[in-house]
Amino acid sequence: MDNKKIAELKRTANEIRKESIIITHRAQSGHPGGSLSEADILAALYFYKLRVNAKKPDWGDRDRFVLSKGHASPGYYAALAMKGFFSKKELESFRKINSMLQGHPELKIPGVDFAGGSLGQGVCFANGLAIAGKLDKKNYKVYVLIGDGEAQEGVVWEASMSAAFYKLDNLVYILDKNQVQQTGLTKDVMDIGNAAEKWRAFGFNVIEINGHNMEDILNALDRSDNKNGKPTMIIANTIKGKGVSFMELNHKFHGKAPNDEEFKRAMEELNKKI
Amino acid sequence: MAGIAKEQKGKAATRDGYGKGLILAGIKNKNVVALDADLSDSTRSEWFKEKFPDRFFSMGIAEQNMIGTAAGLSVSGKIPYASSFAIFSERAFELIRNIVSRNNLNVKIAGSHAGLATGEDGKSAQAIEDIAIYRSLPNMTVIQPADAVEAEKAVVALLDYNGPSYMRLLRNPLPIIHDNNYKFNIGKGEILRKGKDAVIFATGTMVHESLEAAEMLKEEKINTYVVNIHTIKPIDEKLIISLAKKTNCVITAEDHNIIGGLGGAVAEVLGENYPCLMKRIGLEDRYGESGKPAELYEKYGLSANKVAEKVKKFVKGK
Repeated sequence: MDNKKIAELKRTANEIRKESIIITHRAQSGHPGGSLSEADILAALYFYKLRVNAKKPDWGDRDRFVLSKGHASPGYYAALAMKGFFSKKELESFRKINSMLQGHPELKIPGVDFAGGSLGQGVCFANGLAIAGKLDKKNYKVYVLIGDGEAQEGVVWEASMSAAFYKLDNLVYILDKNQVQQTGLTKDVMDIGNAAEKWRAFGFNVIEINGHNMEDILNALDRSDNKNGKPTMIIANTIKGKGVSFMELNHKFHGKAPNDEEFKRAMEELNKKI
Repeated sequence: MAGIAKEQKGKAATRDGYGKGLILAGIKNKNVVALDADLSDSTRSEWFKEKFPDRFFSMGIAEQNMIGTAAGLSVSGKIPYASSFAIFSERAFELIRNIVSRNNLNVKIAGSHAGLATGEDGKSAQAIEDIAIYRSLPNMTVIQPADAVEAEKAVVALLDYNGPSYMRLLRNPLPIIHDNNYKFNIGKGEILRKGKDAVIFATGTMVHESLEAAEMLKEEKINTYVVNIHTIKPIDEKLIISLAKKTNCVITAEDHNIIGGLGGAVAEVLGENYPCLMKRIGLEDRYGESGKPAELYEKYGLSANKVAEKVKKFVKGK
């Protein structure tokens, strides 16, 4: 892997983190924790892997990306703006009345393939996209990002069973296993147990990685291109709040925006990382 | 005896019309796909599966997954018809709300075996709230055909309607009251019988019970309109207001809770446009039980003679 490209993607991930903090601080609302944990994955998807065209967001052959953990919209919107789907200026309207950038993603936003907000639902929706791709003999791939807390929703398992049953090898689930959910550590709220074993038992190719190691992420995404009649699950071990020390593994920042003081400290930390 | 009591004579059920309509829709448009949650023999989506095996998706007993998958197919240019029992479609309600209706997606949901008419399976199977909950969703169209022909035509008519819909279907064979030239118009009530003393707005099985009740009432010198409200949303406000004005005596009849269903919808229209006394016939905010459909209709006040009794009392009491 090209070291320069990896360094660039890391910088991009850091920019997504900074924007996530700026957006939520400005709105005094939104979900910073999960945006920070998904930042490296989003950078890898949008600036390395996904075949998308910001000038033609509805291009029929594009790869699809489903943010099933729709509350992590700050990081997602930042990635879409940086990719050029809409202007960065638009980020200022996040969560404001009459804005395009609603609290949770909406289909009318350029580049958005799924309107999330209610957990678990993007997973079965992604299955539908993948089945349609097979029916139409299209080459696009479908990626869906799932939270580990989200995996407590039963429909995630209904969908997983179905994805294997329909041999959706054009479908890649990515688990942002950031260990934390709204009210505490996932292992304390409702432990999802051994995720790798579970999805393997459900009939998936399972790849387990450090979700903050860019090289790992890129390798896993490339490996998921191997078609063997099975869907793939990339288990990305991550840290909720990654990159801002006082937000890391702190459930208080699941759905709480930083105040002015916290904003200053967070930006100082993130600025040092470039 | 009432329409539902005639079921043994073997007419056709609206679910049969659904199965036939699905095939016709599938022939008309290659993007039509069907999904079912292990009830395809009962909902008749199996007939589509036999004709178009590659366009049928067995979703297992997993209604949420079925609705989500259907939504994903619909944004990809497919026209999904997703069926289950009415009661089990409700299990996916929040997905229907948050993916299908919130995004105004072209997903056609069908719920069969609705209402008390489901009979012996009892309370757990008898959906009596489905019209109310689906009607409350923005963008959603709610249809309940009165016979198999109407169901078939409605399935095909929905091809030209781009948006979410819920079609309420029934297990029981019912008399056929439409011929093959019948044109189904979404949102338009259908006057089946004219009168001057009262109007009964009915849906589904209750169209038949009401027609029979109207015959009985004739002997009592009460002449009543019977109107088939096959589309509960968007409801035919114009027709409802005009017949209310004509008769000043409005009755609704449905195999559904009297709260939030057809009775609720008609009351909303009249309350804002032509306030008048009305009588809602339906389940009086209670669940059913096991039994033969005709027995249940008698016990719970939905049979033709019970309808006639209630209408008579209402007309005389005014």
